[in-house]
Amino acid sequence: MQNDVKAAPRQSPWRGLTRPDRPSPRRPLGRRLEPYAYVFPTVLLMVVLMLVPIGMVIRYSLMDNVILNQNPVFVGIANYVTVVTDPDFWNAVRNTAFFTGVSVAAHLVLGMAFALLLNTSLLSNTTKAIFRVLFILPWLFTVAIIAVLWRLLLNPNGVLNYLLQTAGLVDSKVEWLADPAIALYAVTFINIWSGYPFYMMSLLAGLQGIPRDLYEAATVDGANGWQRFTNVTIPQLRPIIMSIALLDVIFTTQQFALIWMTTGGGPINVTEMLSTFTYKLAFNRYQFSLASASAAIIFGMSMVLAFFYVRYQKARD
Amino acid sequence: MSKGARAGRRISALVSAATAVMLVAACGGGSSGGSAGSASAAGSAAGSAAAGGSAVTLEFSQWWEPELPTGALRGLMDQFEAANPGIKVKLLSGPFASTKEQTIAGAAAGTMADVVGLDGAWVSDFVKQGALADLSKLMTDSSYDATQLAAQIKVNGSTYMIPVVNFVYPLFTNNDLLTKAGVTAPPTNRTEFMDAAKKITALGGDVKGWVMPLSLEAPNGIQNDVMSWNWSSGGSMLKDGKPDLTNADVKATVDYVKSLWDAKVVAPGGLTMKEQDKVEEFTNGRVGMMIDSLAHVTLIRKSNPNLKFSISAIPAKDGYTGKRGIPYASWGIGVSGKSKHAAEAWKLVSFLMNEANNSTLSTAANAFPGNTKSVPGFVAGDDLFKAAFDIYKAGYPANEFTGLPVADELMRSFDEQLQKTLTGGETVDQMLTTTQGTWSKNF
Repeated sequence: MQNDVKAAPRQSPWRGLTRPDRPSPRRPLGRRLEPYAYVFPTVLLMVVLMLVPIGMVIRYSLMDNVILNQNPVFVGIANYVTVVTDPDFWNAVRNTAFFTGVSVAAHLVLGMAFALLLNTSLLSNTTKAIFRVLFILPWLFTVAIIAVLWRLLLNPNGVLNYLLQTAGLVDSKVEWLADPAIALYAVTFINIWSGYPFYMMSLLAGLQGIPRDLYEAATVDGANGWQRFTNVTIPQLRPIIMSIALLDVIFTTQQFALIWMTTGGGPINVTEMLSTFTYKLAFNRYQFSLASASAAIIFGMSMVLAFFYVRYQKARD
Repeated sequence: MSKGARAGRRISALVSAATAVMLVAACGGGSSGGSAGSASAAGSAAGSAAAGGSAVTLEFSQWWEPELPTGALRGLMDQFEAANPGIKVKLLSGPFASTKEQTIAGAAAGTMADVVGLDGAWVSDFVKQGALADLSKLMTDSSYDATQLAAQIKVNGSTYMIPVVNFVYPLFTNNDLLTKAGVTAPPTNRTEFMDAAKKITALGGDVKGWVMPLSLEAPNGIQNDVMSWNWSSGGSMLKDGKPDLTNADVKATVDYVKSLWDAKVVAPGGLTMKEQDKVEEFTNGRVGMMIDSLAHVTLIRKSNPNLKFSISAIPAKDGYTGKRGIPYASWGIGVSGKSKHAAEAWKLVSFLMNEANNSTLSTAANAFPGNTKSVPGFVAGDDLFKAAFDIYKAGYPANEFTGLPVADELMRSFDEQLQKTLTGGETVDQMLTTTQGTWSKNF
């Protein structure tokens, strides 16, 4: 194939264009700057809204306690050392890794299952429309509503315990969000519930785009349902799965509001995440430089994930 | 390309450039601190105008307006404006949490409102940043009689916050539950309280004797529901202004709270429960007793008009006969250290603190006044408030967290360790020693 390309006669990209449309090195300055004027507002927004704050946070992370200190001085990586030697930081890393890993995996499984259900020809269109509305509901709620809703449901005197006790499944009231042995699983479950519709809708769009003839060809080749799923559906959906999974990892790693409004990082520190750890450093301990160092570390982790995301997108293109 | 198209492109380029210039201008204005900064910029502009002879506009940030009856605070501001021609007041109102974050951001960026609503827990840190004006100096400059103030929050001998109104935290008891449980009167000491809590819990169902919210999101349960037991018995958690958590009184307090927990008389879910959950449990009749703010009386009555409840002093240790400290939270007020209108700002503070206006504000807020001569209107017509006012006058307002550095964080670290102790992770002695060490680092 490469040989064919090399063998093809090269053609000028400007062939067929009239002279005035060719780029000329002697164009007026205004014309040459015109493209930059178009992109300038966007570049300016990115600089002001992204680069400047990121730069400020990194600068803060290298000073002794900024904001509280009237004249902060440069302390190098001392704040980073303090953060990474804090056992609470590593506790937050472990909790965040569990919370993110389980959430993303469950989002994928649930999202895929519901997308397949909504794409099946076994259900009528009316039934599928009803399911579609029901399944997408968690996505319509804001985080604050989700937190309040689940705090009520999981209250020791709440609906869930009532149902479980009525059904004889538990003897006493379970403290879903207040029991140190259960709380992390409970907040992870809430996050799974609130996040799967994103996968469901993305995968459903992907499923609807898979050509029917691929399934027909597989059937002719003798593939059963599972084999068609693993050899046709999954490969066809892989680009979408990779993209949404990477995005989900980034989003879930940074989840703050849900944790803060349900458990505040407790009981004790069993649901402490990197986001709540950083927030507390800044707004409870007023250690803005340490908070900046922690934020910069999280930023670095997110950048690694973003790098893989961008590289994957480029490879796809 | 046609001439028209070329002209269109040039116009587009010009529009882009103009947009960019406007963005630069807008960002320049906003860089002084987000919304607070913008507001402050407006205030500065007003200040410049004042220099030219026109009105001064004071910004007054607080979380009070949404919590007061509609128009109550604005009404007071209108009176102030009428009494002080040339001074206008712009209220910057929001919920407590967002006001706190904006005030912290404003303190950091130097764009705090001229007059700021303050919580006692913030004062020490703001003073360190130089964000608050020295009110002692403003009082001296204006020959203000400070003896009429019920309290002043001082750092290094100077006043930086004045409590405008105080919300005390007495003991609320559910009359019906107590009667059903065979408890004839609200408990007055720890033994009676434990006994009452056990009897109420023995009623069965979802009912528990007491409720203790220990959410780490808002750890003020440590101040209101835990340390209040210590203050009500004349105890202290400080010695010479430094942490003293290993003293006998604090240990006895934590031992007592743990004994209530171990006796299973405390409502479940306490480790992540917030103050509003506590009030809800009491309002719904699932809890017999709670320590709570008087500010919630109206809410409880509105939510459950059939609930019969009483207010009494927080039980003291057995045999204690001294004055009882009663925990309180304040709506404090201060002046920005960067305000260009400090004198006018002080006029507003003194206006809110005078006898008549402080009575009006405390009546509207269902709180006790910050001016010793003021009497809130609700005291005369309501038995519950009258009882609370009597308790307030018989004891003394006690909140040792007010004015401490990183007070929220002190409560949170105490809370984390207490949760470990309650769940069997460590002993009370270990808990207090660890917390003492953590606290000491902040002093």
